[in-house]
Amino acid sequence: MTTAAQEFLRAAAHESTDLTRRKAIRHAIDQYDAAVQRGRKQFVDYEAARQKCYEIKWEALNHLDKYLLEFEEKVKARGGQVFWAETAEDARRYIADLAMRRGVRTVVKSKSMVTEEIHLTPALEKLGLRVFETDLGEFIVQLRNEPPFHIVTPAMHLTRGDIAKLFREKLPNAMSSGASSEDPPELVAVARRALRRAFFSAEMGITGANFLVADAGMIAITTNEGNDRLGTALPRLHVAVVGIEKVIPRLEDLAILWPVLATAGTGQTITCYDSLIGGPRRDGEVDGPEEFHVVLLDNGRTDLLADAEQRDVLHCIRCGSCLNACPVFRAVGGHTYGTTYSGPIGSVLTPHLRGLNEFQHLSYASSLCGACTSVCPVKIDLHHHLLHNRRNAVREGDRPWHERAAFKLWRWTMNSAGRFALAGAAGRAALRGLYRLGLEATAVDPLRPWTKYRTAPPIPRKSFRAMWRENGTR
Amino acid sequence: MKKVSLFIPCFVDQILPEVGMDVVRVLRRIGCQVDFPEEQTCCGQPAFNSGYWDDARPLAERFLRIFREAEAVVCPSGSCTTMLRVFYPELLAGTNLNGEARSLGSRVFEFSEFLVNIAGVDDLGAYFPHRVAFHDACHGLRELHINVEPRQLLRHVRGLELVEMSRSEECCGFGGTFATKFGMISAAMGETKAGNAEACGAEYLASNDPSCLMHIDGILRRRNSPVRTVHLASILARTGAANEGPETMSRVRSAK
Repeated sequence: MTTAAQEFLRAAAHESTDLTRRKAIRHAIDQYDAAVQRGRKQFVDYEAARQKCYEIKWEALNHLDKYLLEFEEKVKARGGQVFWAETAEDARRYIADLAMRRGVRTVVKSKSMVTEEIHLTPALEKLGLRVFETDLGEFIVQLRNEPPFHIVTPAMHLTRGDIAKLFREKLPNAMSSGASSEDPPELVAVARRALRRAFFSAEMGITGANFLVADAGMIAITTNEGNDRLGTALPRLHVAVVGIEKVIPRLEDLAILWPVLATAGTGQTITCYDSLIGGPRRDGEVDGPEEFHVVLLDNGRTDLLADAEQRDVLHCIRCGSCLNACPVFRAVGGHTYGTTYSGPIGSVLTPHLRGLNEFQHLSYASSLCGACTSVCPVKIDLHHHLLHNRRNAVREGDRPWHERAAFKLWRWTMNSAGRFALAGAAGRAALRGLYRLGLEATAVDPLRPWTKYRTAPPIPRKSFRAMWRENGTR
Repeated sequence: MKKVSLFIPCFVDQILPEVGMDVVRVLRRIGCQVDFPEEQTCCGQPAFNSGYWDDARPLAERFLRIFREAEAVVCPSGSCTTMLRVFYPELLAGTNLNGEARSLGSRVFEFSEFLVNIAGVDDLGAYFPHRVAFHDACHGLRELHINVEPRQLLRHVRGLELVEMSRSEECCGFGGTFATKFGMISAAMGETKAGNAEACGAEYLASNDPSCLMHIDGILRRRNSPVRTVHLASILARTGAANEGPETMSRVRSAK
């Protein structure tokens, strides 16, 4: 078993028994569910909206070359720069070099999962830069030196009490005198005071983008706090890091993608700030950066595109609805996954980005309930892809020898009704004997992986087929 | 008279045989001629779901042979029905058995689906004077889109009060080998389900998937819960006749 799998099991055992943490997550997701029910009412037919979004993403991904080149051409025509990064390292180096060449000392970041994916912040900090997350949730987890807990709500796991305590420790200067308040508006004001200073001193703003609009040559950024607008208007440099799968063909596609993203992500009808940015500041404009750079990141995405069975994973618009719908995520939380992308999308995507051998355990850590697939706004066949990953893991010989042997034996047994009936009778007799001696759930109980957590069912004396023979046939 | 071939999941055969017998009783009550092809063992789902498709395939081929002549195959598990209807065609894609797999898929029915949609019955003359909540098992719900049929059947049971639990569509945490590979997560999900069942005031939690029930039942008993579990077929089998005895109503959980 790989280290990542062992760490997952350890963290899952810890988190799934942390009832306070689970209650906080449950509370957050209950509120989310209620909001989504309201948000969906804006659609006459939400299923049709999902289908439309699926078709837009399908079209974009099947003509990725065309739309990305169209996007690049239009951005360049407005004086923007486009860098094609094949790997995370390429992307980090480009941004680090740019920061060094332009004498950048302070960076403000708007929320972006792709910059988490390429571990950009530690790379910049290593060069001596100060990097500030400006999304409130991201700011909070950055102060805690933690990765985001959830791709949309990074601080979902924390209560307002946790946050007040954190701010008192880490931001004593921004706290108003004698503040011991856990009042959310007061806590927001504290973060705002701390972040204003960063915004005004930053030379570089880094954002992701929710969409790359090909025909307009613009990036579309969605936030609820407007921090992206300050972060792209004030600093001299704006760098947007975006996965290549984020391209969409037409500006008008946003008319459906924006409200669907808002509803699936947070239950809103539309997100508060939806910005379109197409280049650096032009003559006569009062704000905006002197330079506008778009880093188009591959980092394994073209390999996934070549996988006909699973390429719909690239449809993902990072709304987080599959995480919220997932009962496993609710039980173990986001950090347990040990990956940038957690929840069902993370379990499906991570093996493609970081290797199936090391991350196959995530595909097994699912009951395959399909709740994720049923809510995905772009109709990714998530839970079936978990099955496909399992099949691939077996095919590549990544599973332990004893499991492979067990299934061979199982197959041999099940291939004959006689062998099956005999094995069943022997097994039941043994279990009945053991349980009569009070040995259920002890080390000698062969069903211990089951009975450790559950009381065993009463083991019947007769099988169905025996009953059928006796009095079923009539 | 409708001819029906039973598909009794392997663990029902070995661990929950009364569920199978109750299916037989109900089907006969509506005039079906019931057959149990004794060559059947397991449909192959444990191997398929674990990624061992090469080990699952021979069992799928076996099932196709066994049920080749069957007019209608009825199964008291949404999950095992899903294996045949949804996953056999994928497992046998690109082989010359793919067409046969699709044919079997169109002839196999989950128990409640068969009663309501094929046999056209919703009142089985059953009597079960208890408060019952229904747990929507995932495969039946999301792969077969069954959620109306079981409730329709329950509403026609005399004396039965159907209550809805919160998040009835949330997975109970069984998930096949997941239940043992990730026992702590499975149990945490089961605890949530058990808590929701208790909170709605139901005496019984019913479902159309015996595997979920076996898991939830084990969780409920470990926490000494008053809620008991019962398969839909076992409710429908019970008519209140004197010879049924007081303890046969909870087939999944016989009195200990």
